[in-house]
Amino acid sequence: MFDYNFHWRPVMKSLPDLIEAGFLTLQVAALAMLFGIVIGLGLALIRLHLRGPLYWFATAWVELARNTPALFQLFFFGFGLGAFGLHLMPYSIVLAGLSFNCAGYLAENFRGGFQAIPDTQIRAARSLGMSAVQAYVRIVIPQVLRVVYHPMTNQMVWAVLMSSLGMLVGFRELSGETQFFASRTFRIFEYFAVTAVIYYVIVKVILGASRLLATRLFRY
Amino acid sequence: MIEIRDLHKYFGALHVLKGIDLDVEKGEVLSVIGASGSGKSTLLYTINGLEPVQQGRVVVDGVDVHAKGTDLNKLRQRLGMVFQQWNSFPHLTALENVALAPKIVKGKSKAEAREIAAAQLKHVGLGDKLNVYPSALSGGQQQRLAIARALAMEPEYMLFDEATSALDPELVGEVLETMRMLAEEGMTMICVTHEMGFARDVSDRVAFFHQGVMEEIGPPSQIFGDPQSEHTQKFLANAR
Repeated sequence: MFDYNFHWRPVMKSLPDLIEAGFLTLQVAALAMLFGIVIGLGLALIRLHLRGPLYWFATAWVELARNTPALFQLFFFGFGLGAFGLHLMPYSIVLAGLSFNCAGYLAENFRGGFQAIPDTQIRAARSLGMSAVQAYVRIVIPQVLRVVYHPMTNQMVWAVLMSSLGMLVGFRELSGETQFFASRTFRIFEYFAVTAVIYYVIVKVILGASRLLATRLFRY
Repeated sequence: MIEIRDLHKYFGALHVLKGIDLDVEKGEVLSVIGASGSGKSTLLYTINGLEPVQQGRVVVDGVDVHAKGTDLNKLRQRLGMVFQQWNSFPHLTALENVALAPKIVKGKSKAEAREIAAAQLKHVGLGDKLNVYPSALSGGQQQRLAIARALAMEPEYMLFDEATSALDPELVGEVLETMRMLAEEGMTMICVTHEMGFARDVSDRVAFFHQGVMEEIGPPSQIFGDPQSEHTQKFLANAR
């Protein structure tokens, strides 16, 4: 009834390639987070302080990023733009798609973070003679960072896992690379099992590093 | 000196200050009493420009607070403020709370700012709490931290907005003691307060506010001993 013979040797032979692809996964996820943080911060501030076209633009971004499948967002940057004659490299498609998605989620985290800091903190800072910018940079943002720190860590993990969608647009990150080897050797189960372990290790390393950094950053 | 002339303040349709005229001399301690909503806290916020006004003037040492082009950030260095909800900065240690503004607003060196901060914390009795975060301090200690933070800017005036109202009863004393000490050192102070004992013992003058109007002002002996306005009499009768 169960006559599947495991063959791990081919997987082990391509392990260095898989690990290399793992670093590519980490790289694209980290870059997407970086763009996501910068854009997300901008979207959050727009949604908190502005009205009019910019507000609607930011709101549409957040709504689309959060309420449509991430895969479709990737497809938009791949096949969607392709239909208009704009052909991106697989790497760029994944980076753009993930950044779009991360920015949308992070924007809402940041918005909540800003709302969690009472106005009286700004008043106290201003009463000491600080400018509005100084009050924001020295008093508000460090406190927001703490509020959004753990949601941001979650988003980073999510970005790593979500990057596996890259294989569907021809990107040979960890999942794409695994798919490539698996289809050549037909050791599909073995390849994806090992890759799952690699993903697991990547995520655990991120969580551990995040925890370590948190003890350094937040002593209060 | 602080000169307030025909000051009117509205929150939307609500008329919260209805033509206030008031002078506060250097070295004076003025207590402002009255029911909640009488406009006394709002008055403080118009003095350091945290609240705009619709009519009238506030002049601090010759500077018109609400005139266009007044550098409020510079003016506020002369006017320390202490809030009801103390508002310590939770992400900074006590020392950093106090040292931050001297460093980034006044441009003091890091070492100098920390020296000033340590001295002011010692001044308010927190010399052993320099490296403690506010979350580890009691309400009374956080309020004294807020006082030290304001004093570190070497202000000419201190504005206290119900500095003890949010404190547990057993912590009120230590904050009042600190305020009393400042008064004795000659600091010019405007204290919005519900502490009648403090107003009577420490102030040079007491002002009574009622529904946006300064109904009465005079030495504490007169305000508490022989109040002229009917509203003052009623308020004090209930406050006792």
